[in-house]
Amino acid sequence: MSWLHPFWAFALPIAASFPLGWLMWRSLDVPESREGRGLDRLAMFFTRLIGKRSPAQMDWKRYALSMLAFNAALFVLTFVLLFFQDKIPFLNPDAKGPLTALGYKDTLGIQHDGADTAVIFNTVCSFVTNTNLQHYSGEQHLSYFSQLGCIVWLMFVTPASGLCVMLATVRGLRGDKNLGDFYVDLMRSLLYVLGPTCLILAVGLVGLGVPMTFEKAAAATTVDGVATKMETQTIARGPVAALVAIKQAGTNGGGFFGPNSAHPFENPSPWTNLLSIASIVVLPMASIVMAGLMLKNMKHAMVIYGVMLTFLVIGATVAIVAESKPSAAARGLPVVQGPNMEGKEVRNGAVASATWAAITTATSNGSVNSMHDSLNPIAGLVPMVMMMLNVVFSGIGAGFENMLMYMIVAVFISGLMVGRTPEYLGKKVEAKEVKLAMIVILLHPLLICCGTALFAATTWGTSTVANPSSHGFSEILYEFTSAAANNGSGFEGLADNNPWWNIGTGIVLLLGRFPALVLPLAIAGFLSVKKRVPQTSGTLRTDDITFAGMLMGTVLLVGALSFMPAIVLGPISDQLASAKP
Amino acid sequence: MSLDIQVGSPTRDASGVNALKLQRRGTRKLRLFEPALVRMAVIQSFKMLDPRNMARNPVMFLVEIGTVLTAVVTIESVFLGAAIGMIVYQAALTILLFMTVLFANFAEALAEARGKAQADSLRATRADTPAYLIPSRDNQSGKIVSSTTLRSGDLVVVETGEVIPTDGEVVEGVASVDESAITGESAPVIREAGGDHSGVTGGTRVLSDRIVIQVTAGPGESFLDKMIALVEGASRQKTPNEIALTIVLAAFSLIFLIVTATLYPMARYFNLTLEIPTLIALLVCLIPTTIGALLAAIGIAGMDRALAANIIAKSGKAVEVAGDIDTLLLDKTGTITIGNRRATEFVPLGGTSPLDLARLAGLASMADTTPEGKSILELARQQADFDGEAPSGSRFIDFTAQTRMSGVDLPGGSSLRKGAPNTVATYIQGLGGRPPEGYQAAVDVIASGGATPLAVSEDNRIIGVVKLEDILKPGIRERFARLRQMGLRVVMVTGDNPLTAKSIALEAGVDGFIAQATPEVKLAYIRKEQEGGRLVAMMGDGTNDAPALAQADIGVAMNSGTQAAKEAGNMVDLDSDPTKLIEVVEIGKQLLMTRGALTTFSIANDLAKYFAVIPAMFIVTLPGLKVLDLMGLATRGGAYSAILSAVIFNAIIIPLLIPIALQGVRYRPVGAGALLRRNLLIYGLGGVIAPFVGIKLIDLAIDPLLAIVGIK
Repeated sequence: MSWLHPFWAFALPIAASFPLGWLMWRSLDVPESREGRGLDRLAMFFTRLIGKRSPAQMDWKRYALSMLAFNAALFVLTFVLLFFQDKIPFLNPDAKGPLTALGYKDTLGIQHDGADTAVIFNTVCSFVTNTNLQHYSGEQHLSYFSQLGCIVWLMFVTPASGLCVMLATVRGLRGDKNLGDFYVDLMRSLLYVLGPTCLILAVGLVGLGVPMTFEKAAAATTVDGVATKMETQTIARGPVAALVAIKQAGTNGGGFFGPNSAHPFENPSPWTNLLSIASIVVLPMASIVMAGLMLKNMKHAMVIYGVMLTFLVIGATVAIVAESKPSAAARGLPVVQGPNMEGKEVRNGAVASATWAAITTATSNGSVNSMHDSLNPIAGLVPMVMMMLNVVFSGIGAGFENMLMYMIVAVFISGLMVGRTPEYLGKKVEAKEVKLAMIVILLHPLLICCGTALFAATTWGTSTVANPSSHGFSEILYEFTSAAANNGSGFEGLADNNPWWNIGTGIVLLLGRFPALVLPLAIAGFLSVKKRVPQTSGTLRTDDITFAGMLMGTVLLVGALSFMPAIVLGPISDQLASAKP
Repeated sequence: MSLDIQVGSPTRDASGVNALKLQRRGTRKLRLFEPALVRMAVIQSFKMLDPRNMARNPVMFLVEIGTVLTAVVTIESVFLGAAIGMIVYQAALTILLFMTVLFANFAEALAEARGKAQADSLRATRADTPAYLIPSRDNQSGKIVSSTTLRSGDLVVVETGEVIPTDGEVVEGVASVDESAITGESAPVIREAGGDHSGVTGGTRVLSDRIVIQVTAGPGESFLDKMIALVEGASRQKTPNEIALTIVLAAFSLIFLIVTATLYPMARYFNLTLEIPTLIALLVCLIPTTIGALLAAIGIAGMDRALAANIIAKSGKAVEVAGDIDTLLLDKTGTITIGNRRATEFVPLGGTSPLDLARLAGLASMADTTPEGKSILELARQQADFDGEAPSGSRFIDFTAQTRMSGVDLPGGSSLRKGAPNTVATYIQGLGGRPPEGYQAAVDVIASGGATPLAVSEDNRIIGVVKLEDILKPGIRERFARLRQMGLRVVMVTGDNPLTAKSIALEAGVDGFIAQATPEVKLAYIRKEQEGGRLVAMMGDGTNDAPALAQADIGVAMNSGTQAAKEAGNMVDLDSDPTKLIEVVEIGKQLLMTRGALTTFSIANDLAKYFAVIPAMFIVTLPGLKVLDLMGLATRGGAYSAILSAVIFNAIIIPLLIPIALQGVRYRPVGAGALLRRNLLIYGLGGVIAPFVGIKLIDLAIDPLLAIVGIK
């Protein structure tokens, strides 16, 4: 077992996150004096093309409304485009039919064809929420136009939306009354952060062998066609590199192909694997650095960064160690007792796959390079825990927003413990803020536990799982966790393309995304208008190791306590059952 | 009720005043579980079961609902003829849950009872006293009425030996009043119309003279009555901080409600039907019952502690805000320095020998009864073997506003004078003398050092200067250093000139000073501090302090002060002790810390409870989970022992923590970081470990019992 791959998988993005964070700060947090000057002229030019007005000075309500309105418009537009996919005359060389043609089996096992608009609803929810839970298979069901015009487009603008909300939140936290203009922020995020990053990545990926073409699927004549009774093979391809770049960099995770990054065209070699891992986590990391620069409080940002990184390192280590053991099925058989290779690509191996599993679920990315369903139970627990905590770097911007909620609770309790009304960054934290923070924290277990309970107790869930007992339960639990955390990875093994799953997870996706963006912004809005309390030695510090410990404890206790029964019933009892001789 | 708390003492020993004050506080300090109070609290805790009352506390309300549900299930089991072991188990759970609710009510009721007892002892003297009511100040022929019928605005006459019937303000006359019943201070105080010392308190006794008092508080309206109402359930408002914490606790309860409620359908996946009482047991174990039960008691106990320190807070919020104070405005005299200046040095001038100066200065101060004069005499006795007897035939000159000097004309013909340097210089120049070489320099040196120079002359020459110094209270520097560690800024308020003020400020180690302070200057200073986001506390007594008292976030009015001052502040200090501000801040901080510490403890407890209950719950379907049972519970009695142990621990931890809730967690004036680490270690880590030990011990104890009744 070599730690080389995981080492670079951490070292590269950490090293890149600092200069990148600085660049993000310079290009996104533009003071009025620099507005529309230098490179920023470009952003202003494009913004004016859309609407002729000077940047607005939005308060939190207007900012949140702009964000919601923009996302609602995205929802409607994408829904229409996907619905009429087969009617759109261009960029559809393989003549893909309507998405509803998938069909599904109902709980009694009867096949229904072409009647399921719910899959479109689910897909739109999934991509508008930056989740990319896929109940379809891209290379089979989507035209190139849908891949680019719906999927890639949403992959750009939804992480940008999250980043914008974070920008406004941090501005509020530092006391700005003017939280900025959502549309200007969006334009800057696309032009200066996501655009250039993806351009570099995509070129790199093409260089490393990822296809980028508008040609239709290739038809190949097989060598031993007679023996295998398959004389020609259709090899799907398309504008893959463009999609993979933003899929990784924008914490999206939705694959061009059904198998996602396990597919050799998305992730052909260990080099692309490393590049992908690094690009998954680098922007969430950099956004924390940016927060530190914006707040002029780098030490506080480093506390957040450190807490997140600690969780991630522990998670990845546990997963790697667990995966280096043979799977329960192979144990004791007369085969080499190596690492668990079930559901893995040989070119990646167990270590790189386990590292990926931890990082892709910690961030709200959700692309996979192995089947999480086949991970050893403890390694399978790691992705679930990462998504249940939902604060380990998580989405671009969304990670900071989530962590902010835990910080509010942590400063509240520890503030009391030092005998003062709690303060965060010099602003008093009172009932109003605490209430909103608790709503966001409460929503996560609500969505996961209620969804899992509903599907576990009914045939909606029990008829769709691939395995009995605890492992099947884990499949249901994982799906809802992934949806609520806006992660998008699948445990797989679940027949999830049917109306119940599509609608159930669709609702969870929306509720997992928008309250968690708007409420933190509201808190920042409330705090921004409060008087700043000067810091004294009696003030609780939020930039030292004690607070880091307190924050970790809060995240762990609240996270662990909410999900412990579900985890015990799922992966833990799965592990205990498989550990038996 | 056997609560004869001794207040005050008839003995009049001036030197023992402080000891007496401490003793009085000591006697008023109630035992934690005073039997009479406990009896009262027990009865009260049953009365508080009323759901309308319980709904104020979401956490305990949830437990109450759970209790009722469990009881219903138990009765159902009886009718359905379930196994006897099952019925015993369910009945035991019902009783335990009921006990949990009762313990919570008991904690609150006990805190309330203690507060009432505390207040009762203060107003013990305020029984029905006769009062001489007059129609107006011009027509002082009135009638005797009961003090309980007096209304605000009534005028009463109180004469020598009579008890003042109720709180009021002197509008005519001057009298010495014995306030020992309220303050424990045995030395009488002067209360007079018009000045800053016009407030009188019901229950105190007029020792001499006759005064006319305007009643300021009707029956049940005095500050004390208001405070008692605050302690009692009916009118107690939740403080902002308490509301915020209640929201957090309610949200936690909701999370755990979701977790346990969804566990039932989740278990259906494994074809397991969980028992409702067991689920309720899990829920009650997980929701933060410990802090939920003690939250109200902690708040009331904060008020109690204030009352025990002889501070009447007008709202619970005021006590809480006290913990947030950033800037303390402290009066120099009486707080930072001991009341008066003392002579510390003789500076001889013009060839006078040091010994002579000491002797002559002492002689000049023989008849001076001011504390400064006495201290000169004392210093002279130390330095000059001075016997303290003036030669017979000496004629003493008293200080008058015209001469502004005092002294003595000795029989030998020489006349000694002492006074302010300028006055004495003018005086000797009038007699044909002139100030000696270095006179002005000596005076300046003393003045710039923060001390007051006093010139002494013999006939027409100045023989030297006496240095009168402000003496810092012992230990005050260290105390300020501690305050600074807590993050407080101490600002000294004095009427002295800036030069003197600065030097004393440096010596005392305060962070700032307001010299030549007038009420306007104080008010402006407070506003300036508040602009910067700081919370300011101050103490005052005069009517002209009222605006500043009202403006300050914590305004503590002295009980001896005017009615206006008392109305303006949000606390009244019965002892009129200026150092009380520091205590007020500590009480406030302790209140918040206790809440935080017990919240942390309560939530940290959950970890162990999970490890106890979850394996027990699934012991049949998922026996593999037994390895999670770190405590090795459920030995013989089966799964029920583990669940019951967790619920018992959850219940008895409440009364066990009542002492901490009522007395507050130990407060140390250290920085926030050290405080947090300490509390996290004790209440966080302790909260994780304690239930593991506790539940195991309870399990060992009840397991044999369960085996006897046949539960397995």
